[in-house]
Amino acid sequence: MSGDKKSRGTGGGNYQWVGNVTPRPDGVDKVTGRARYGDDMILPGMLYGRILRSPHAHAKILSIDTSAALALKGVKAVMTHESIPDHPLAKPPYPPIVNDMHDVSRNVMAREKALYDGHAVAAVAATSERIAKEAIRLIKVEYEVLEHVLDPYAAAQPGAPLLHDDQFTDGTDPKKDPPSNLFRSLGKEQGDLEAGFAEADLVIEREFRSEPVHQGYIEPLACVASTSEDGGVELWTSTQGHFVARALISKLLKIEMSKVKVTASEIGGGFGGKTTIYHEPVAVRLSQMSGRPVRMVMTRSEVMRATGPTVGSYCKIKMGAKKDGTLTAGSADIYYQAGAFKGSPVGRAADTFFSPYVLANARTACYDVCVNRPKAAAYRAPGAPMATYAAESVINEMADQLGLDPIDMRLKNAVKEGDTSLMGTTHGRIGCIEVLEAAKNHAHYSAPLGPNQGRGFAIGYWLHGGGLTSASANLLDDGTVTIAVGTPDIGGSRSSMRAMAAEELGIDIELVKPGIADTASLGFNHLTAGSRTTYASGMAVVNCIREIIGKLCALAAKKWEIPADEVRWDSGQAIPADKHTGTIEPLSLQQLARMAPGAVGPIAGHSEINAGGAGASFCAQISDVEIDPETGFVSPIRHTIILDAGRAISPDYVEGQMQGGAVQGIGWALNEEYIYSDKGKLLNTGFLDYRMPVASDVPMIDTVIVEIPNPNHPYGVRGVGEPPLVSAPAAVANAVENAIGITMGSLPLSPPKVLEALEANKTPMAAE
Amino acid sequence: MAKHSITATVNGDEVDFTCSTEQTLLDVLRTKLNMTGTKNGCSTGDCGACTVIMNGRSINACLLLGAEIEGAEIETIEGVAKGGELHPLQQKFLDHAALQCGICTPGFINQAIAVLEKNPDPTERELRFGLAGNLCRCTGYDKIVRAVLDTAAEMRASK
Repeated sequence: MSGDKKSRGTGGGNYQWVGNVTPRPDGVDKVTGRARYGDDMILPGMLYGRILRSPHAHAKILSIDTSAALALKGVKAVMTHESIPDHPLAKPPYPPIVNDMHDVSRNVMAREKALYDGHAVAAVAATSERIAKEAIRLIKVEYEVLEHVLDPYAAAQPGAPLLHDDQFTDGTDPKKDPPSNLFRSLGKEQGDLEAGFAEADLVIEREFRSEPVHQGYIEPLACVASTSEDGGVELWTSTQGHFVARALISKLLKIEMSKVKVTASEIGGGFGGKTTIYHEPVAVRLSQMSGRPVRMVMTRSEVMRATGPTVGSYCKIKMGAKKDGTLTAGSADIYYQAGAFKGSPVGRAADTFFSPYVLANARTACYDVCVNRPKAAAYRAPGAPMATYAAESVINEMADQLGLDPIDMRLKNAVKEGDTSLMGTTHGRIGCIEVLEAAKNHAHYSAPLGPNQGRGFAIGYWLHGGGLTSASANLLDDGTVTIAVGTPDIGGSRSSMRAMAAEELGIDIELVKPGIADTASLGFNHLTAGSRTTYASGMAVVNCIREIIGKLCALAAKKWEIPADEVRWDSGQAIPADKHTGTIEPLSLQQLARMAPGAVGPIAGHSEINAGGAGASFCAQISDVEIDPETGFVSPIRHTIILDAGRAISPDYVEGQMQGGAVQGIGWALNEEYIYSDKGKLLNTGFLDYRMPVASDVPMIDTVIVEIPNPNHPYGVRGVGEPPLVSAPAAVANAVENAIGITMGSLPLSPPKVLEALEANKTPMAAE
Repeated sequence: MAKHSITATVNGDEVDFTCSTEQTLLDVLRTKLNMTGTKNGCSTGDCGACTVIMNGRSINACLLLGAEIEGAEIETIEGVAKGGELHPLQQKFLDHAALQCGICTPGFINQAIAVLEKNPDPTERELRFGLAGNLCRCTGYDKIVRAVLDTAAEMRASK
């Protein structure tokens, strides 16, 4: 144990484990191939499931004939939507995040219509992969192909091809009466927009578009379902939330929740994409029908065609500022492609546009629009990067026109403690100003640029999640401790749990073993999402350990025959109050653990909380790019990311989150997009054509962790998963525009698009 | 459906298996030999998660048929740590936090072994191109590149 370590962050605090680099509990298993992911579970008698998917973007399903597939030797079950209960449409008022079982049922398996290329239509389970593949080819589906629509703005207009004839627009004024692809509008207005714009010396109005991008997790969705004659259901699956998966499966298939046990496998990336269910209920039904375990694994092409990417967007934005850079008004409308079913992250968009700034006169309106694409899913700060791209682009343009430094202009308007966001969040201690100052003081910001190079800057805001969380900890006879949390570990959270537990106990981290418990072992846990895991599960773990410490102090007091309040815990031992010094020797954790079974029984701690107070954080990025004027190819050449982490429990993994988010943002800004044929068929369904960044595409990513501890968490944690993506596309896009001197207004800035702009503008740079 | 009876060496051990013509080496490793450390990310040779070493060369196991490895020597992630000791690359991946979810890690480690075998002293740029066939969505590559460069320096020093 190295007791002289100090937290390496700037947030203060004298900790032994928190804020230090500690070995990762799941590390060795992951570098040796032992760790078991979704596709690594093999059960006796297991069958192979496979799904037949619609080749059409929009089609009525007239009939499905499964008889030939059922007759094939080795086929044990065939199912369609008829094997999944229907559910009524949810009614208004709608919650901020709609999880309508009517839609979930239809997304899992198409009912009346196929609504996107890749929509599941039927499924089989067979004794081998080969037979399963052959069987789905034998299923005959008769379709009536309908007109389709992909663009969210076009889809929201009257006369557009209609996805759902029972969907009526909510929350718009004037109300739209005929059925519409526009599900609802969310947003808010404050102050006096007209007066705000009148007060401005400069008003800029722009349009921005962004394409859907996929989370791009490397592990395709995979699960194994095993059901029993007594009605029991066991599911092993790669998920960001096995408790949420249990709830959805139980509701959808109408099975008592207690009969469904879900175990989260190790998860090979998620980034929001594994927060819902797709083929899991299909595996469960096929298992019930066949009486055998059923494995379902998506191909990469199925992942691209049928699982949710984040939304594409169309935005109209207008902002005003005075000569000195003070923002006077901002108004934004944004249309999000919800995909085939309602539920795009419009609420987050509304909260994101202007939130790094104090803006008295502001309005946002965010439209949730159904189109013939896979239902959008969460992707790392869902809804925020597109809104940030629009607002930050306009602010950079304003700073340029007003002759102001882009960071100085932002500092002039930056939010601080006590300010309230447009959507009504009053901030506690936040670090917007500190992040901006750290960016300004970074050597990167003033480094010289070469020919064909440009620099971009952006800051992003994210309001973190807390939510329902349950954990437990057990003290074992030998003085070691196990911890059980219910939030899957997607990027090293077990390391942070262990560091916080060891810190509380004052013992070596190697004596603490964290794990992820199944749904039968803990109370409800919300997803590993919303950057909430280290915050909320961490808080619950600290509660568990404090309960254990309380019990150990009581045990020592009993042994010493002194009042419990005369015992304190320090550095792994129970210590009597000063007046007993010299007469009573402290008792170590190991001694107490040995005594406990005989004296008081097993010692454990539990915590069940609804974690509040997660608060906001800010993340800024400086991006340098170089343009090849011959091809339009953009190379990121330097990138710095600055984040307020509250307190970085595991600094290496905080840096990893920052670097990974920055590179995802580089991909979003420069290359990644969904390309559809004129018939609405997805054309780039593999990693060759859906071009995510590879090692040779990007530079080292410099990180600056700012620490403004969150007063609501025992160690000051703010979430770190999502903010790194919020400002990344905006910063990179801004760098490209700075390099070529042309306002682009749409992502991705792929070589053909940049080259076309260069040729149309014949800029001086192109002649260099 | 034709079946093939194959004998090969995997991680130094002789293995026998039968496979059908269309079964890939990836499928054989995972389902016939129960070696699930080699990961499936795409099955089309685009992500590198299934990278293994065949007769000293790194290959995508998803692009090779099981029937093609007759007589070959295959090294998978399960054989990289020897005698209870991690390979220097495995240790450096842990030391540098070069993994988050870890699904791409076995492929990266095998690819890095192959790259360093050919070029024990790569520049950062050479290394980035050497690893360009392996996708990682979590780390942004920074810590992976650092881990491999650090391993290379350590391996050179210990020679």
